[in-house]
Amino acid sequence: MSESVPGIAPEVFAPVEAPVSPPQASEEVEFVQLLTPEGERVEHPDYSFDLDDEVIKGFYRDMTLVRRIDTEATALQRQGELGIWASLLGQEAAQIGSGRALNKKDMVFPTYREHGVAWCQGVDPLNLLGLFRGVDQGAWDPRDNNFHLYTIVIGAQTLHATGYAMGQQRDHAVGDPDNGEATIAYFGDGASSQGDVNEAFIYASVFNAPVVFFCQNNQWAISEPIDRQTRIPLYQRAAGFGFPGVRVDGNDVLATYAVTQQALKRAREGSGPTLVEAYTYRMGAHTTSDDPTKYRLSEDLEYWKLKDPIERVKAYLARESGVAHEFFDQIEAEADEIAARLREGCLSMPDPTLTDFFQHAYVDQTPQLVEQQAQYAAYAASFEGEH
Amino acid sequence: MAKISLGKGINMGLRAAMENDPKVIIMGEDIGKLGGVFRVTEGLQKDFGEDRVIDTPLAESGIIGTAVGLALRGYRPVCEIQFDGFVFPAYDQIINQVAKMHYRSMGKLTMPIVIRIPFGGGIGAVEHHSESPETLFAHVAGLKVVACSDPVDAYWMIQQAISGDDPVVFFEPKRRYHEKAELDENTPPAYPLHQAKVVREGTDATLFCYGPMVKTCLQAAEAALEDGRNLEVVDLRSIAPLDLPTIFASVKKTRRAVVVHEAPLSLGPGSELAARVTEECFYHLEAPVLRVAGYDTPYPPSRMEEEYLPDLDRVLEGVDRVMGY
Repeated sequence: MSESVPGIAPEVFAPVEAPVSPPQASEEVEFVQLLTPEGERVEHPDYSFDLDDEVIKGFYRDMTLVRRIDTEATALQRQGELGIWASLLGQEAAQIGSGRALNKKDMVFPTYREHGVAWCQGVDPLNLLGLFRGVDQGAWDPRDNNFHLYTIVIGAQTLHATGYAMGQQRDHAVGDPDNGEATIAYFGDGASSQGDVNEAFIYASVFNAPVVFFCQNNQWAISEPIDRQTRIPLYQRAAGFGFPGVRVDGNDVLATYAVTQQALKRAREGSGPTLVEAYTYRMGAHTTSDDPTKYRLSEDLEYWKLKDPIERVKAYLARESGVAHEFFDQIEAEADEIAARLREGCLSMPDPTLTDFFQHAYVDQTPQLVEQQAQYAAYAASFEGEH
Repeated sequence: MAKISLGKGINMGLRAAMENDPKVIIMGEDIGKLGGVFRVTEGLQKDFGEDRVIDTPLAESGIIGTAVGLALRGYRPVCEIQFDGFVFPAYDQIINQVAKMHYRSMGKLTMPIVIRIPFGGGIGAVEHHSESPETLFAHVAGLKVVACSDPVDAYWMIQQAISGDDPVVFFEPKRRYHEKAELDENTPPAYPLHQAKVVREGTDATLFCYGPMVKTCLQAAEAALEDGRNLEVVDLRSIAPLDLPTIFASVKKTRRAVVVHEAPLSLGPGSELAARVTEECFYHLEAPVLRVAGYDTPYPPSRMEEEYLPDLDRVLEGVDRVMGY
């Protein structure tokens, strides 16, 4: 812009440059990595994974079973048994690594895609399907597994997590790195643009709340690429809010475990929030209703397939750790069993009855609603015996 | 017995609730050292500490969103929204999260959250400081909506709202904060939270009102005596749910009804009340249920607010219409 406005420095009107593209799939991305896509262990100056290979075998099992649950759920949707499904395909390491870093007393606030974290917390996978089948809106009791209900509104749960963490502070449950409590909030790259997420960062920062903000940057918010959400790497935003941010290879289960564990420890000991950006890729569609071929290149997908979170662990275990193929076969068999159980459970879910749901609107039901419930029950009963 | 203002009544009610239950915490903007812009929370932070009386960042969605998390952790947050027009950044959290949590969890999770909102006009304020958005909350399943109108009710209703397990949007008539009345803290409250109160018995027509309009309607009823009209005045107190038995009993007695509120006319609380009365009291009515309300415009610049707001004369004009039908 050539005209200058009195009193305002001309550079304010400098033409806006084209957005700086974030690192593309083909470029090198700086992040914490402890296991390469080829299955080789590598060192990092600040983070290490010190547990034995039995734990890594456990991660492999977790990721494989969760992928199978996810695949089965997608199939159930394709066959009309679920209305929709939000696949976690490609994000298994981010979810299992962070999920397994949690202690018993830590609290989780998920989006609607955290099937892997749900698995780590011991939520029955069948319970995840109710929301997508349309029989309930989250059947599990969040208090049983410290795993809150799925939150559909993008980013809203980050404030709930922050408030919950403020409650942990008030309960004097913070201050001990091992026995203290922490809260973890999951969200995505798209959510990072939401006001609620930014407010959560501010509240967590000024109150020093024991919360870990775990962002799975899977590069896509439905059809919008990451450069529509940010001009800097997401983890760098934390600095502006006054707490640390770290980017981790989200397809590396060892690194996501190590980084999340350290962030949780910081929270538990009372050092406040951390933003973890797990750099990953949504291998599938946003949901089963989406068609990613309309907005992204198949080459991208091919590139990311080479960085598969499960294959690299299998390569490590088979090559470096000498794990025999029986182990992998056994997990495949277990996955088959779980998938069969999931399918059977889904098909035999009882249909809900509207009459039963009136009572849940309030703790103390209003007289108006009591009346409406009775009216509906009588109306529904008038059809009994008809087909 | 002490004579207290309406604002002091809420202050004392908050104090009593905090003394009775250590899980009660209050949060909002400027509520700590300052005691709130209306001084309703004055002295509470000094006595209960910064962990229980929380000055929040200036982000309303953050206030309600973190209150959700605190409630899930077992706390009973009382959130102050500084002015009616500033609640909307928190609207998503209130509507999608607070209101629905009990339903979507099939009763497993409760949201014992009270959202205090000073509402209504008449104080000569700039825009966004004089609104009456109660319908926008009353229409939402899962919320309960009440408005106090006098110091004694203010003292008891805030405690009743806090002790209940459903979320309550608690409207405070800001232009009545300084109205005074005698409060006897040792006499238990005469009314449950969601019961309407006949504040003046009458025979010829009923004025239904709440919040700031209760005083206006009582004045109108006194003035109507000069015309030989004996008006009943019912303070609804609860907008959601409406106390239908009390409303129906009054209409069946007086056979004429005028609903008065500052909120805009169309689809305001008066619309639901009129529909319910028509359904239940059709053969008792001598005239249609009429409404005297704010107009369907945004709230006007304050130099015009006296004309916009229902006042004594507009209420009496409504009475003339319902009597002359």
